[in-house]
Amino acid sequence: MTGPLLTVRGLNAFYGETQVLHGLDFEVAAGGITALLGANGAGKTSTLRALSGMIRATGEIVFNGLSIGGRATEEVARLGIAHVPEGRGTFSRMTVDENLQLGAMTRGDRAGIAADMERLYGFFPKLDQRRRQQAGTLSGGEQQMLAIARALMLRPRLMLLDEPSFGLAPMIVAEVFDILRKLNASDGMSMLLVEQNATAALDFADQAYLIETGNLVMGGTAADIGRDENVRRAYLGY
Amino acid sequence: MQQNVKDVPAVAMPDATAMKRRRIILSAVAITVAIILPFVVKNFLIFQLTLAMVYAIAILGLNLLTGFNGQFSLGHSAFFAIGAYTAAILMDQGEVAYYWTLPAAGAACMISGFLFGLPALRLEGIYLALATFSLAVAMPQLLKSSPLEPWTGGVQGITILKPDAPFGLPLNSDQWLYIFTLAVLIVLFAAAANLIDSRTGRAIVAIRDNSTAARSMGINVSLYKSLTFGVSAFYTGVAGALGAIVIQFVAPDSFTFVLSIGLFVGLVIGGVGSIAGTLFGGLFVLFVPNIAEAISKGLAGAVYGVILILVIYVMPSGAAGLVRLIGSKIARRTS
Amino acid sequence: MDLFLHQVLAGLATGGIYACMALAIVMIYQAIDSLNFAQGEMAMFSTFIAWQFMQWGMPYWVAFFATIAVSFAAGVAIERVVFKPLRHASLLSHIVVFIALFAIINSVAGFIWDFTIKSFPSPFGTQSLFGSGLISMHDTGMIVVTLILLVLLFAFFRYTRIGLAMRATAENPESARLVGIRVGWMVALGWGMAAAIGAVAGMLIAPVVFLEPNMMLSILLYGFAAAVVGGLNSPLGAVIGGFSVGVIENLAGTFIPYVGRELKLTIALTLIVAVLTLKPSGLFGKVVVSRV
Ligand SMILES: Nc1ncnc2c1ncn2[C@@H]1O[C@H](COP(=O)(O)OP(=O)(O)OP(=O)(O)O)[C@@H](O)[C@H]1O
Ligand SMILES: [Mg+2]
Repeated sequence: MTGPLLTVRGLNAFYGETQVLHGLDFEVAAGGITALLGANGAGKTSTLRALSGMIRATGEIVFNGLSIGGRATEEVARLGIAHVPEGRGTFSRMTVDENLQLGAMTRGDRAGIAADMERLYGFFPKLDQRRRQQAGTLSGGEQQMLAIARALMLRPRLMLLDEPSFGLAPMIVAEVFDILRKLNASDGMSMLLVEQNATAALDFADQAYLIETGNLVMGGTAADIGRDENVRRAYLGY
Repeated sequence: MQQNVKDVPAVAMPDATAMKRRRIILSAVAITVAIILPFVVKNFLIFQLTLAMVYAIAILGLNLLTGFNGQFSLGHSAFFAIGAYTAAILMDQGEVAYYWTLPAAGAACMISGFLFGLPALRLEGIYLALATFSLAVAMPQLLKSSPLEPWTGGVQGITILKPDAPFGLPLNSDQWLYIFTLAVLIVLFAAAANLIDSRTGRAIVAIRDNSTAARSMGINVSLYKSLTFGVSAFYTGVAGALGAIVIQFVAPDSFTFVLSIGLFVGLVIGGVGSIAGTLFGGLFVLFVPNIAEAISKGLAGAVYGVILILVIYVMPSGAAGLVRLIGSKIARRTS
Repeated sequence: MDLFLHQVLAGLATGGIYACMALAIVMIYQAIDSLNFAQGEMAMFSTFIAWQFMQWGMPYWVAFFATIAVSFAAGVAIERVVFKPLRHASLLSHIVVFIALFAIINSVAGFIWDFTIKSFPSPFGTQSLFGSGLISMHDTGMIVVTLILLVLLFAFFRYTRIGLAMRATAENPESARLVGIRVGWMVALGWGMAAAIGAVAGMLIAPVVFLEPNMMLSILLYGFAAAVVGGLNSPLGAVIGGFSVGVIENLAGTFIPYVGRELKLTIALTLIVAVLTLKPSGLFGKVVVSRV
């Protein structure tokens, strides 16, 4: 493995005056998959939002050798960071096709975009059947797939995934993780993954961090974290 | 949180009484100066100062609504018009004494404000602004319309006579109208200050700050909103009546959207949510356009606009905020 | 029957203008959640610019398109200079600035071109179409130009990437940012397009109402009525609302004594208040007005 693609040092984040993250340090290796674990309200979503410039944050965020702290959300996206937000964020009044087109808004290569769309429709046949359907009328699971597919249309270097398994049937979860793993292997796409489903996340990721009330309390390889007594009791349930 | 709320009055009490005392002294000085003024300046300036007070009352009406209750109106020119026409029609056709037209105009406006408010007050923010904007734009045409012409005099408007000073007081009519308007202004300003300090006032302000929270505290939000709208229209209507008496003339085109802009400018310049600032707003609205128009025709609007934008960027609290700021700077330096 | 048909056609002609104004209002509403009370004044100023161009000797259509370009640039500039810094400001600040723009534009127009009315040429002529007496050439021209404009806009939003990005921004700004759309520029673009559409409306209606600084106020009110009737967040609704309001206005003017002719603005007022309170989403929009 090469050096880190994303390095975060002393990340603080705020909603108005309330501080919700307190000096987080973590990394995502180039080509690596890092998982953020934590209870409800621990600050996982806030961490991703801080990285994307969606909430006020201080600290150092270095992506691909570039300091990106304080940049506008759209500029962060343009650097190749795709964010699948909590609650999906699909454009519900647009068709599935248009949602994917929008995902590629930062790209200029028409032929490449068309090819990628076909490739993703290949990954998600459910979406293929509904190209002209309004996204808002898709089922929850289909919308989740659409959100992931839309993010992939950016051809990101780094994916920020906020609970991609949310609302998906276990079979589909496995499928989605399979696709992501494939893209990770073939395109060298790195990922920062937030998951409630700690078992799946630890299985999928190679690095993992544990957040409690806005503080990092543990970090290491996914295997080490998975073996930790406390983590097992609190998050894995055995 | 809860504790904090309770603490505030206890700590702030001595300061508040000191401030109240200072406010009373300041008001007394201001009133004395205002009473002396008409005996030392020229008639035309007296007339202008009277008009400035008229505008101040109208702006106070708008301020009660926007500054304290958080509702927007671009339509107060319409209530000003209703007040002015009520007074003019009563004096012209009913031969009612001018002083009786004020409560009548106020009541007419309160009722029309309330009636307009019934549907419109279910609207919030920008939608209420739109509804009132429409009212302001539609009003002049309504006043000109032929069904109303027997009363309103159509495009010609109504000319009324200037009242003389009563009881053989040694005042010319400009001086008398000035004193009369000043008296009305003092009463209305004192009433407004009391209203805001009362329980009702606290409910009105609570709705501005957070209408959901206000509702959960058991405040009848729609009732208080309609009430505030009515009171606001009342003030502006009384101002309209005074304006008609002072100018001795009403015509539809005096009450266009431009007047609404003027009132709105006065509100912002004086300070949204400041009762005393309203006086400054009145002076501003009267004198600044005159000065600007003297320099070049049509320039008044541009001056208004530029100043408005500057206020929003630099001093969102208006003149009242500026005074407070300077006051606190001085206080800090002296202590 | 002829009278009825004549009034409907005339209503469609002015309705096209209302549709344009409504469309301009809706574009800005979707971009910043506010109503541009200065939209009419912007259109009026554009029309004066066109008039000035023609005074300088430009042929009508050259002046027409030059004015559209200038108005577009001015709309973008207003957003960048005045509104961008206020993105997170309160509604009061927005309203204050709209009122300020209204006052400034109105007064500067009067300052430059004075307040007397001027006649504005029609490129279509004023004679009646095919001598039928049913509709004038200018009215026909208004309808045709409006329809062309609407088709172009539709194609722009439907088939171009920027159009898609603008729609995405209007629907969900946060998600638009996440896919890398420069939302601020989309808002500015919306302002530019609104200004340009308003300019078309102003130039088309000026031969009918004459050119003067206050020419657009009542037309703006009808534009608002159209936008509210159609639904403030529905461009299609704005267009349909515009044509319907135009027809309603003309029919009421002909067939309802007094009210229709002399109280046209009151009709608009009533429409606005009634629709906002009874059916806030308009005919085609989704619910946005929160009610107490
Ligand atoms: N918009 C907001 N305004 C204020 N506080 C917020 C906001 N969003 C989140 N918070 C607070 O920030 C903290 C962290 O929230 P966050 O959404 O990051 O948690 P999370 O780890 O993603 O939880 P979950 O697993 O439930 O999604 C919580 O205490 C939450 O209440
Ligand atoms: Mg979360």
